[in-house]
Amino acid sequence: MSFGPHLFLALLEGTVTAFVLALIALGLSLVFGVMRIVNIAHGEFFMLGAVLAWSCSMLVGGGAFMGFAVALVVGPLIVGAMAVAADGLILRRINYQPESTIVATIGLLYIIQQLVLTLFGADARPVVPPIYFRVSFPWFGYSGYKLIVAGVSGLLLLGTWLAMSKTKLGLYMRATQQDQEMAQAFGVPVRRVYAKAFALGAMLAAVAGVLVVPIQQAHYLMGLDPLLLSFIVVIIGGLGSLKGTVVAAFVVGISDGVVSVFFSPTLAKIVATLLVAAVLVLRPGGLFGEEGS
Amino acid sequence: MSGRLTGKVLALHLGILGLLFIAQFVLPAYHHTNVARIMVLATYAVGYNILLGYTGLMSLGHAMFFAAGMYGAGLPIYYLQFGAVPAFCVGVLLSLVLAALFGLIALRTSGVSFLIVTMMFAQACYLALLYFNKITMGDQGFILSKSLESVSLGSFEFAFSDPAVKYNIALLLFAGSFLLSALLVGSPTGRVLIAVRENEERTGLLGYNTYKYKLLSLVISGGISGVAGAAYALLFSYVGASFASILYSIYPILWTLLGGTGTTTGPMIGTGIMFYLVDIASGLTSSYLFVVGAVLVMLILWFPKGIMGAVRTRWLPWLP
Repeated sequence: MSFGPHLFLALLEGTVTAFVLALIALGLSLVFGVMRIVNIAHGEFFMLGAVLAWSCSMLVGGGAFMGFAVALVVGPLIVGAMAVAADGLILRRINYQPESTIVATIGLLYIIQQLVLTLFGADARPVVPPIYFRVSFPWFGYSGYKLIVAGVSGLLLLGTWLAMSKTKLGLYMRATQQDQEMAQAFGVPVRRVYAKAFALGAMLAAVAGVLVVPIQQAHYLMGLDPLLLSFIVVIIGGLGSLKGTVVAAFVVGISDGVVSVFFSPTLAKIVATLLVAAVLVLRPGGLFGEEGS
Repeated sequence: MSGRLTGKVLALHLGILGLLFIAQFVLPAYHHTNVARIMVLATYAVGYNILLGYTGLMSLGHAMFFAAGMYGAGLPIYYLQFGAVPAFCVGVLLSLVLAALFGLIALRTSGVSFLIVTMMFAQACYLALLYFNKITMGDQGFILSKSLESVSLGSFEFAFSDPAVKYNIALLLFAGSFLLSALLVGSPTGRVLIAVRENEERTGLLGYNTYKYKLLSLVISGGISGVAGAAYALLFSYVGASFASILYSIYPILWTLLGGTGTTTGPMIGTGIMFYLVDIASGLTSSYLFVVGAVLVMLILWFPKGIMGAVRTRWLPWLP
């Protein structure tokens, strides 16, 4: 394949990665924005989504499509419920103190990961794509399912944006983000908003997990890579800035895709980290962050 | 907390070291090796505690300093037939340089951004070890015992395969870092570090350059972690990328928290207990890291001060 089509393929791969990454990182950024905490277990929610999608494909009859459709609904719901439980049982009790929360979510990471290892084993589990077709370009054929993943992710990003800007819950979340005490004084049920924000963040990661499984296979260690990429994204975009997160996800996702195709995925992660170093030297608050945050 | 190394404090520290020295004549072989290993890892925890416990900076990426020490010592032995002492120095130097460079960049951020950045860079180092696999043999690891010659001092010959040599070198390094941390905490510099932990803004307003002090603390902490990494490579003659993985950044947090952050004696106790807990759990199940998660959550919920922190509050207020 000559350079032009090769680059086109790389950009295409990068764009698909970028959409999925935007979804995961948006969840992380939302949780940080509203609750001022970093959830280290975020990647495990992604992994849970993927593992649950595999379980649904095994348990639900009626072909790959039915299993996938059920997973798309059930997966995020189960993960959301777990997030609410984690919020109530652990995070609320330590009063969302930032460093304690980080340690607690590290603990949560290992608890979830090792439970999945116990229950599902260490094998990578493939899932058949619900829809299979190939888009043929003049130079190569491309998996149609990957394009659908990008499309669905785009719709979900749009949906999250609408929910944040048009609904009452979105209003509550934005109010809590700006000034938690003032929001409480105006009657916003801050604790309940916290639980919902944490659940919503986890569900975004879980949906991404369900979507990605037919491309990537479900494995109990798959949560780490998206977690680190999301970190890179939120640092470049500025912690808590949803707009910055989405923009940075595309920068990181596409450059990751290009470097992965031309060189290696490992090198792509190293390059992305160096990119962060550059951003930190030039703008410590991130591209869209509040200065000095 | 007492200021200088007063009699009581000195006696406690020397007492602990004395007990560890005597222990080697009593312990059965299996535990003998384990305690040697624990002392090297406790050195790592002591280094970590200087940053977390006495400066208030939590790092999620200390494995990169441990691995820098390990590879800095291991690679020259493997490729260039370095002796143990020069290789050890290269390892420590490498970790010091890495800590300084990393600090210059990462300390531009604060709070949770700092945490995220430490984790990211450590992961980049880990991936780099895997990426340059041809040189580092990252995923398989390599063994040093064949290329490492014994060190002769005067008429004495020290072979690294001898358990007694292992144990006493580990003890010596642990004692060094242990006493260094106790001295540092009591010194004027240490007082400033503690002030940074308690209230960075106020310390800055008093005229201290908090950035410089945080950098200093990071370099000392990274350097001690490098000492532990280099010692681990020499004493247990194995070098592998798994020691740069995220788990080895989490372990020192766990050890320090369990023993008590901001206590000089806590890291050793936390390391010892966790080492045996993980050892027992790994014999029972392949999901033994569950213990790591469960202990972390329980500590944060019910026992945030750790063992020595609680002892200090209840019984011994003079504990440093």
